[in-house]
Amino acid sequence: MKFGVVTFPGSNCDYDAFAAVKFIIKKDVDFLWHKSESLEGSDVIILPGGFSYGDYLRPGAIARFSPIMKSVIKFARSGGIVVGICNGFQVLLESGLLPGALMRNSHLRFAHRHIYLKVENSLTPFSNACPPGKTLKIPIAHGDGNYYSFRADLEKLRDHGQIVFTYATSDGRVTPEANPNGSLMNIAGICNREGNILGMMPHPERAVEKILGSDDGVYVFNSLVAHFEKQRAATG
Amino acid sequence: MSKAKAVVYIRLKEGVLDPQGKTISQAMINMGYNEFISVRSGRFFELECETRPDLEQRIEEVCRKLLSNPVVETYRVEMIS
Repeated sequence: MKFGVVTFPGSNCDYDAFAAVKFIIKKDVDFLWHKSESLEGSDVIILPGGFSYGDYLRPGAIARFSPIMKSVIKFARSGGIVVGICNGFQVLLESGLLPGALMRNSHLRFAHRHIYLKVENSLTPFSNACPPGKTLKIPIAHGDGNYYSFRADLEKLRDHGQIVFTYATSDGRVTPEANPNGSLMNIAGICNREGNILGMMPHPERAVEKILGSDDGVYVFNSLVAHFEKQRAATG
Repeated sequence: MSKAKAVVYIRLKEGVLDPQGKTISQAMINMGYNEFISVRSGRFFELECETRPDLEQRIEEVCRKLLSNPVVETYRVEMIS
């Protein structure tokens, strides 16, 4: 099982994602340069956080047209596992791989602190290792994390179990006070209908050791590993 | 080579919240300009182009693919000269 972490100009969480994979879950991992079109045989692609292309125009708008994204889009459309974190989530939305848009935070301030996530769907490749009922303590760090979508699309997301994570209180109540950025329905992370593409604003790669304030992010990485192990067992 | 200029205006769709516009509007009220009921923010781009028969169609394409996010924004193109 091999991970590929894409580096765009302006990515700044690529090393965190790389380190989480290499040192915490101890899997193969390579950086994938934005100018390359090769995914180097990766089974999981991570689009990391940061400010790709300086966030010029709109976050993710220019990264979406970089050479590596041609291959990532093809990989995702054929069922490959893709995880977009923070700026990576913005890139996935701009690519049209996930529905909706991320707008400026409703209070217009950069939001950076630990929040709690409720796992709304624990049957995805990204959340299957999360203990039932446990909220995940994970940091956020973004200025444009305010998830927006049209009502009809929101209802589809909800009805098809595509809302994977919502902002909640530490005991798992999804309240307006727990919403750090104005996202509709407190949405923090969604997947596509097929369930192979995840976008999330919080940073699981920054919460992988107790010394970082939380190691709950490891559940997301462990879920990916468990998903692949199950798949391997099924195909023999 | 003949040239043309296009101005592209990007704005948020009706019904999409504009926290930036709302904050600016609040600042105007604080400054005593109470007559301004609301503010909607947007962006504009000036494009200098070589003329070609399908230029307007090409401008539409970049508006749709790159300059605007069709999920939440609309665009308007104004050809100059």
